[in-house]
Amino acid sequence: MRKQFVKTLEDLMEQDERLVLLLGDIGVFGFANAFKRYPERIYNIGICEQAMTSLAAGLAKEGLIPVLHSIAPFVIERCLEQIKIDLCYQNLPANIVSVGASYDYVAVGCTHHCPADVAVLQALPGMEIVIPGTPGDFDRLFRAAYANSHPTYFRLSERSNQHSCNVEFGRAEVIQRGGLATVIAVGPTLTWVLEATQDLDVTVLYYTTVVPFDGGTLRENCPSGKIAVVEPFYVGTLAHEVTSAMKDRSIRLLSVGVPREFLTNYGHAVDHDLACGLTPEQIKARLEQFIHD
Amino acid sequence: MPTTERILRITVKSIISKLRRLIVKASASAGEGHVPSAFSVLDILWVLYDRVLQVDPQNPRSDGRDRFILSKGHGALALYAVLAEKGFFPASELERFAAFDSPLGGHPDCNKVPGVEASTGSLGHGLPMGIGMALGMRIRKIDRRVIVLVGDGECNEGSIWESALLAAHHRLSKLTCIVDYNHSTDRALLLGDIAAKFAAFGWAAAIINGHDHEAICNALIRTDSDRPTAIVAETVKGFGCKQMENNPAWHHRAPTQDELAAILEELA
Repeated sequence: MRKQFVKTLEDLMEQDERLVLLLGDIGVFGFANAFKRYPERIYNIGICEQAMTSLAAGLAKEGLIPVLHSIAPFVIERCLEQIKIDLCYQNLPANIVSVGASYDYVAVGCTHHCPADVAVLQALPGMEIVIPGTPGDFDRLFRAAYANSHPTYFRLSERSNQHSCNVEFGRAEVIQRGGLATVIAVGPTLTWVLEATQDLDVTVLYYTTVVPFDGGTLRENCPSGKIAVVEPFYVGTLAHEVTSAMKDRSIRLLSVGVPREFLTNYGHAVDHDLACGLTPEQIKARLEQFIHD
Repeated sequence: MPTTERILRITVKSIISKLRRLIVKASASAGEGHVPSAFSVLDILWVLYDRVLQVDPQNPRSDGRDRFILSKGHGALALYAVLAEKGFFPASELERFAAFDSPLGGHPDCNKVPGVEASTGSLGHGLPMGIGMALGMRIRKIDRRVIVLVGDGECNEGSIWESALLAAHHRLSKLTCIVDYNHSTDRALLLGDIAAKFAAFGWAAAIINGHDHEAICNALIRTDSDRPTAIVAETVKGFGCKQMENNPAWHHRAPTQDELAAILEELA
């Protein structure tokens, strides 16, 4: 996805002179070509995420479209108030693109984990949140949303789904239909979900935009009233979106995601998938129990 | 002193007195407001809007305007009073200051108030936003200034010094940062020579009396050819109202009706 980010940005910067890229000393070498081509519109701002976020707001006030980029905990959690006030409250068209989703950078420890990013951004009115599952998703979704009039967060992951489809900003895709439950796969969890559900009579919906949440597609594809959300961030993050979408219907909700605790071990991401209960086999077991309860 | 200059000074003194009374009445009416902070910056804001900034109250979003950000947003009452005096909106709006549906709240909101460039209140946001605006104007080839006013307490924030580095590094010569140095937060953290600190970060820096209109104007009309400029304005918090001056008890307290009468008499 990171390579696609560079490719998409380089292409769009040529087409749209309003785009300005701000790097928090991350991705600088990847954008070497862009530095040569657009020296007035790409800056390695340095390691000062708070000022970088406010600076982006200032650029947006001048009619430009800033794109902020760094590792998720630094570009989201460290400067959360700047995102809240300068971008969301002032309602400015800025884009944040992070790397290091949840525990992608697991071996470097908790300082570089960020499974809370979507939960905290979701609390900010006006913030749009996009979780691409493939490089192609990122390209389509970024092109669709970068120039709209709201702040938008794009969460890049080291993982990519094997399955690809023509995603649209703000709309969920119906991947398969079944009667026993509706399973929501968010971004890069789709591969796990498809493996987990291959023998199950369930509907699978693929969400790459989580705010605004496409409640209509969920309502139209939830005959059982049983909804399982498989989310690549803190477990329960999307519970409010789901219950709001289904507010006048009785539902049962299962949330499968990253436990709300510090992941203090190192190793590889797959080790943590297992520890978090996020392997396809573990997800399948949770779903089977949920369906039959 | 020539007669015309004397008349001008008397007129300005009268306007400042009127604005102080407007501010204190708005605060008393709402039971809200940071009056001493407003009095600390009122002279600076008046000189800015009267003699320095190129702005058009009839077209407050014109590309060709100078941009001013009141980063210490709790000085909002002073900004409202000056903007009203300059015709951005009627002064009567201050009578509804901080009312439920008033555009004028305790901190300025750029999406509600004509002439307000940024929604500020949480400290340390305005200067980096100003940097973004200065950089944005450079990219768009708009040759206008950005002036940001920060408080001394605000200079406790790390984002101010992140901004100091950034503005110098990017040679934002169209950016000026005024520091309202009323020493009200010396009790927490001594800032010492703020001008020397900005100079050490690569800014042109000067120290002025923040209540001397000629000194304010002379400092603000200057810019450096390739460095941002910091103006450290020595001020008195609550300036012009003896019971408020340097009195922390008044920081965020509105006058009662009894106090209001006495204060208005003093300000008359």
